[in-house]
Parts: sequence; structure tokens; C-alpha cells
Amino acid sequence: MLEIRNISTYYGHVQALKNVSLEVCEGEIVSIIGANGAGKSTLLNSISAVVPPRSGQIFFNGAEITRLSVEAVVGMGICQVPERRQVFSELTVYDNLLLGAYLRLSGGGSRAEAQKDMENIFELFPILRERSKQPAGTLSGGEQQMLAIGRGMMARPKILLLDEPSLGLAPLLVREIFRALHQLRGQGMTIMLVEQDARAALGLADRAYVMETGRIELSGSSESLMSNEKVKQAYLGRLDRHPKRKGAGR
Amino acid sequence: MKNLSRLFANTNAAGWLALTAIVLLMGWIEIAAPSGFDFADLSGGVITMDTMVRIAILTVVLVGLNLVMGYAGQVSLGHAAFYGIGAYVSAIFTARGHSLFGVSQSVMASWQWPWFVMFAGMAFSTTLAYVIGKPILRLRGHYLAMATLGLGIMVYILFRENMGVQGDHITGSYDGVSGIPRLRVGEFEIWPISRYYFFAWLVALGVMALGMNLINSRTGRALRAVHGSEVAAQAMGVDVAAYKARVFALGAALASLGGSMYAHFQAAVSPSPFSFGGSLELVVMSSVGGLASIWGAPFGVTIILFLKEFLRSRLRVLLSGASGEHEIIFYGLLLIVIMIFLPEGIVIGAMKRWKAWQARGRKETALSEGGKA
Amino acid sequence: MKLSATENRWKSLRMPAIALALIAVILYLGAQKNFGPVQYAQFIADGLRGGAIYAMIAMGFVIVYNVTGVINFAQGAFVMLGAMLAVTFHEMEMPFSPALRLIVSVILSIAATTLIGVLVERLTIHPARFSSPLTLIIITVGVFITIQGLALLVWGPDAHIFPSFTTLEMADKVFRVNGVVIKAQGFWIWGITAIVLIWLAFFFEKTLLGKAMRACAVNQRAARLVGIRFDRMSLLAFAMASALGAISGIIIAPLLRPSFDIGLNLGLKGFVAAIIGGLVNPVGAVLGGLMLGLLENISAGVTKAGMRDIYAYSLLILTLLFRPQGLLGAKKTAVETGGESRA
Repeated sequence: MLEIRNISTYYGHVQALKNVSLEVCEGEIVSIIGANGAGKSTLLNSISAVVPPRSGQIFFNGAEITRLSVEAVVGMGICQVPERRQVFSELTVYDNLLLGAYLRLSGGGSRAEAQKDMENIFELFPILRERSKQPAGTLSGGEQQMLAIGRGMMARPKILLLDEPSLGLAPLLVREIFRALHQLRGQGMTIMLVEQDARAALGLADRAYVMETGRIELSGSSESLMSNEKVKQAYLGRLDRHPKRKGAGR
Repeated sequence: MKNLSRLFANTNAAGWLALTAIVLLMGWIEIAAPSGFDFADLSGGVITMDTMVRIAILTVVLVGLNLVMGYAGQVSLGHAAFYGIGAYVSAIFTARGHSLFGVSQSVMASWQWPWFVMFAGMAFSTTLAYVIGKPILRLRGHYLAMATLGLGIMVYILFRENMGVQGDHITGSYDGVSGIPRLRVGEFEIWPISRYYFFAWLVALGVMALGMNLINSRTGRALRAVHGSEVAAQAMGVDVAAYKARVFALGAALASLGGSMYAHFQAAVSPSPFSFGGSLELVVMSSVGGLASIWGAPFGVTIILFLKEFLRSRLRVLLSGASGEHEIIFYGLLLIVIMIFLPEGIVIGAMKRWKAWQARGRKETALSEGGKA
Repeated sequence: MKLSATENRWKSLRMPAIALALIAVILYLGAQKNFGPVQYAQFIADGLRGGAIYAMIAMGFVIVYNVTGVINFAQGAFVMLGAMLAVTFHEMEMPFSPALRLIVSVILSIAATTLIGVLVERLTIHPARFSSPLTLIIITVGVFITIQGLALLVWGPDAHIFPSFTTLEMADKVFRVNGVVIKAQGFWIWGITAIVLIWLAFFFEKTLLGKAMRACAVNQRAARLVGIRFDRMSLLAFAMASALGAISGIIIAPLLRPSFDIGLNLGLKGFVAAIIGGLVNPVGAVLGGLMLGLLENISAGVTKAGMRDIYAYSLLILTLLFRPQGLLGAKKTAVETGGESRA
């Protein structure tokens, strides 16, 4: 569904992605794990065209999307739930969700359909229904994450890109959110998940890629990665250890 | 000898010496008038000693403004206020000091008095700028822009309305203050104009050297760090707001100095050069010449002064029936175009293109020498 | 800096104390001139009228600033254009009754000014959208003086006249309420300002486009990720600001004898009002405008009329020194965050 071929992305002179290639098939949950600064968020931003790659190509359902604008990418059905939620804090929960469907609505989509979608999201995250009239900034971190995911869902995307949804959340909440993501996959959503919490990510995803300093170092099914020695030591053991170890068999 | 060659390797110093040489040469031509002509004849009446003095005075003001806009990154839209304060303080205390404030005649007649007043004016401007600037410079850029704009207009109104008091005995309202004495050092009067020319350029060159020194000093490095990234500078322990306030105060001091020089040059002051239009002209000069560049000051002043002359003489022909200050249309367009295409101003923009051109030349020779078929 | 309980109590008393002191000074100065309640009421009425104009100009500032992060120095130019274009259209030959002619010239003026605002945004703001705030300020200053200079060229330096809305002539109908003189145009000004404010409130609260603009103001990146196009929002913001500017220029034109240079003063006062309000939302703009109008008028009334502008700009500087976030703003929005870009 989504195919990334050899992209390199720069911030000014700094190269954040070095010849990255990967793919996501329909209905899958694929996870990208790695330490801070490995380039995971940059990868999502390159797909979303926020920071377009300097070289390489990105294909979505066969069509090349590398040079599209941000809103065109959204229009193709690729929706990013950004890092740290980034909800519209001064707008209500209701308005946040409504704006998730902005592209559809401003292009002539029906309000009624959007309301129906909102109902589904309230089913998935009941707490949002309770808080629907409150400004999004008054919600807790976990609720904001649910809101951000809900907002992403409102665009009726074909693939959902999530940037570190577990960031700053208590483990219980993380499990709840990941359970919701699992449910979404069950409804047919394709998900690409960038995560620092490798254990939770590998628990949810079918396949995963391990990134370090802008490159893909490892890839495989979640089970194989979970039993991989290097991965275990670097990401699944003590999570505060710096993963780059010289002489660890590279 | 090595130091001297290193001196010349530094383009700033080399340029400064070159400018000094040009100034001295032009001054000599005026005074000595070899074969009986002066510079005005040489340049077809465009460049006169009067023009050169004005360029020097405005350069003093502009160096300050460039430091504020270029290094503190703040727009000062009312800088003419400090220019005006210097001018009016000098004017009032040297021409009306006795009648207004009872300064004794003997003090008024002494040669030290105008200098004392000049420095007092600078002190006042500096303090005012610091007091207002320190809290406001903590805020985002546009706050200072509007604060200085408001301040500028307030000061202008005060000049025009005789400080809010009935009559015109303080600032002279629309007519201003006249009868300002010339500057003297002991018995030596800094007049006629050829003497003032050397004085003005002495100050201007000195201020430029000071500015260049400042930029290369520790303070200057801190300023450049602030200019580059305020967050980084703050993280490194630079008190960003304090530095900006100091630069703003320095800018005010230099503007005040320029104003006093202007007062003693014209022997009379009136409110109109210190209106919003005056501040605007300073901003245009600064933007065109180059915000973060000391050289931008003389260049910017010269370019705009000549542009003004050119427009005044040509416009009357082009748009018959046009009256008033139409040059502001060109100022506006100039500002827009420069800010979009050459935001660092002409001096830095030109230097960058020069360096890029040089670098390309070097790369090409390297490729042609070392490249394979 | 943690304050003790007593210190906190003093601090919360500071604002009311200053207000009381100010009122005392005003009453004292007024007593010197033997002012009675009628004079004060007159000052208040006139101040509120001017304040309404400042409020609408301020709304234009606030909208542009919130959506695009740009301080639009050229806002005053739109005010001037609104008034002058209305004059020009009104002077044209039209086969309408005087009332209709007025309405048509008003509509044409608003449309033309909005068009100019759109052009300004596309030609000068959009190409410079990644520039530093300093550059953007200078650009909008450049736009302002260019427009003012062209206005001088087109209309000359003289003042023009525009008929009052009630009588459709120069002389306006005047109401006397308990000795307070209120020109009919004042009611037009209040009425139109109120309608505009209500409409803006509806627009931003209830319509999708309004919400999208607010989203852009709150979090530009997230807005893009939802498909909102920043350049469209920027364009819309400028269009609204120029329309608001034009309306304010038009409704004050009958009282003001418009000329090419009214933009600077009005624009700047509008900005002062926006700052007092907090640059946060149009409500703040209205509060700021009314407060500015009141304070400036009363202060000038009890001292010297020519000092009016000095009071207005002193209020600006005092606000920036002591309460930069204005009435409604949060402290952190005003304080320098350093290096924060809106790109």
C-alpha cells in the first residue's frame, strides 16, 4: 500500500534520513522503533510532506506522492497523528474532531456523514463524548491522545500514521490506547506506528523496522524481533540504556 | 610589518582606512581648491560639502540604528525621536538656556557649554531608551516596533506643541529654535563648513571604528549569538534582554549625538525632520544599506540621499502637478523589494554574492585541475 | 517568584487602586474647569464613539496576527482607502437616489479595499512568509507608505467630504439627551460595530471556515496535517482585515473629512487598542478600543485637546511596560519565547 524507496531527508545541511526504504501492506500494523533522534518522526514527516525528502520516492497504492503538498497527501488518505498530540487546545473537543474532517467537509462532504463518524469515535473513546464541549487544552494527556487519534480518524484515512502515541502517558493509558488501535485494525485500518516504547509497539504490530541514526538497521516480524538478541539488549532490556554499542556485532 | 599586512587582510580595517583617505582627499580638494575649483564643480553640483557633512551626521545615527535592527533584531520605528532629542536639547540649552532656565551668561558663553549639553543630551537619550527598552525588549519583536513608533510620534508632538505648554518659548512649535551657536574648542571655532566637515567625519569614522570594534569584541559575539538564535544564546547564559536593551541604549546615544551635531550644523532646528517620516527615512537607509553591517550605514545614507535628490529633480518633470513628498512611494516600494529579495541589505547582499562568485571560481579551477576526463 | 499571602492581596488591589487614583486625578482636573456630569457624559459618549472605530480597526489587526503571526502595519492604509474610495465612488455619476448612491459607494469601497488587501497579501506577504518577523514588519511598513504615497498622488493633499448616513448631507442630525450632544452618525457607528462583532463571533464560533482559521491560529502545524491550507487562511485573514479597515474608515468618514494621511494615526490607535485588549481575540479588541477611546477623550478633555494623541501613546507605552499581555492575554503569549518561528 505504502512503499518508500530510498528516501533521504535533510534539515538544512543535516541528513536525518539516509536511503530509507520500507513498505506497509494493507491491513497491517507496522511499527518503527528506535531511540531518540533516530529519524522516526522525520520519516513520518517526509511521508506527510511536512519535510519532503530530497531524494528517493514514496508510493501510495501505486501512485507517486513524493512531491505532493501536505494537504494533497491528506487528501490521498494518509493521515498523521502528530507527536505530542498537537490538539487545538483552545477549541472544543467537538470542534477538534470536526476539523479532522475539514478536507472532506470543505470539499463538499456532508455534515451528517461527519456526525456519524464522530459517533463512531465516541464509541471507541467514550470519555470524549463526555468532554465534547470542553476546550481540548483542559483534557489530560491520555484523553488528548485519544482526541488526536479520533481527529485523525475523522478524515476517513486509508492509512493512519502515529507519531509516538505513548509519549508522556502512564502505562495503563498506553495499553488502553493500543487496545483501541488494535480495534481499529480489526475494522480494516492500516496503521504505521512510530514508537520509542519498543515493547508496547512490538506487542501491537505485525511487523517492525528498527531505525538508528537515519537508517533502517533491522526489520522483520514482531516475534522475530522480540527474540532478536540485539533488539532485546538495546530496546527491550533497560530502556534507558543508549542503544548504540560498539562491537555489538555490527 | 606582519601586523600591518594582517591589518590589510582584514577587509573592514582596509575599507575604513580607504574611506578615511577618501574623506581626507575630498576635504583637501575643498580647502586647497587646486586650480581654483572645489568638489561641487567636479561632481556637477551633486556632491557638495553640505551633502558630505549630512552624510557624516546621518552615518553616526545609522551605525546606532543598524546595531539595533541588525544585531538586536528589533525594529526601531521612532529612532528620529532620539535624533530629535539630541538636536532639541542642544538647541534649547545653548540658545535659550539663559532665558528659560537661568543659566548664567558666562556659562552660556563658554566653549565647554555646548559640549557639556551634547553629552547631557546623550545621557538623557540613553537613559530613556534603556528604561523603556529593558522591559519591552523582553517581549516579541513587534512590541518594540510599535512602542518606538508611539514614542517617536509623542516626541514629535511634544516638539511641535511646545511640550504641551502654551506659547512657543520652549521648543518654538512649528518654527523651532534658531540662533544655535557654533561649536568651539577653546578659541578655535569649528566653522566654516570645511572645518565642520572634518569634525563631522572625525566623529563618523570614530563611531564606525567603535562599531566594528564592538562587533568583534565579546559583546559583539554575544550580540551575534543573539542575532543567530536567541534560544541558543539564552541557553549559553547570555542575558538576551539585557544585551538588547544595551544595544538599544547605544543606538539612542548615537542618534542623540548625531542630533546635536545636526543642531550645531544647521544653527536652527524645527520639528519636521523628527516626525514619523524622519524615522521612516532612517529605517529605509538602514534596510537598504544593510541591517547588521556597520558599512551599511554610510552606504545606506549615501544611496538614499542621492535617490532623494534624484527623485526631487526628476519627479517634478515626470509628474507635472505632483506636489509634496512623493518620494515616499519609492521608499515604500524600495523597502518591500529589498526586504523580499535582499533582506540583508545591499552591502551584505553584495558581499555574499562576491564571496559566492569567488568560491565558484575556486571550485571551477579545482575541478578543471584535478578532474578526470 | 512566590509571593506571600499578604503580598498577593496587595497585588490584586493594584489594578483597582490605580483605577481609583486615575479617576481621582481626572475629577480633580475637571473640577478646575468646573466640569459637571454633563461634560463627563459628553466625554464618555464621544470617547465610546471613537472607541468603537478603534475597536474595529483593532479587530483587523487581531485576526491577521492570530492567523498569520504578522503584525500588519498597513492596516491603517485600509482604513484610509475605505474612506477615500467611498468618497470617490460617491462623487461619480450614478442614476440612483442619494440614499442608494451612498449604499452603492459604500459597497464598492469595501469591495475595492478588500481586493487591494488581497493583492497586498499575495504580492508582499506570501513571498516573504518564511522571513524573520523584523523583515515582515518592515515589509508591511513599506506597504503602508507605498499606499499612502499613491493616495497622495491620486487624491492630492486636500481633505474631502462624505455625507452623513442619516441626512445624506454634510450636516448631521443631532440628538440631545439631558444636555449631552450625540450626532446621529454615532449611532450608526455603534450599530455597525455591534453588528460586525456579532457576525464575527458567529463566524468564528459556528462556521467551519472560522474554526479552521482559529485552528491555524492555535496550532499551525496540526492545522496543516488536517488539510487546512495556510496560504488560504492567510489570504482570508487579510481580506477580512482590509474589509474591517474599510468599514471603519467609511463609518467615520462623515465626521472626519478624510484625506490621504488619516491612516497613520487611526492605524496606530487601532494597534494600541489591540495591544490593550491582548491581541488574543476580537472581544479583546473591542474592550481595548473602548477603553482607549474613553481614556484618551476624557484625559484630553480635562487637560488640553491637542494632547489627545500623547495620552493614547502613553497608554501604549504604559501597557507595554506594565501589562504587555493586555486585558485578556495570557502572560506567556506576550513574553519573548525566542526563536519561535511560525513556519
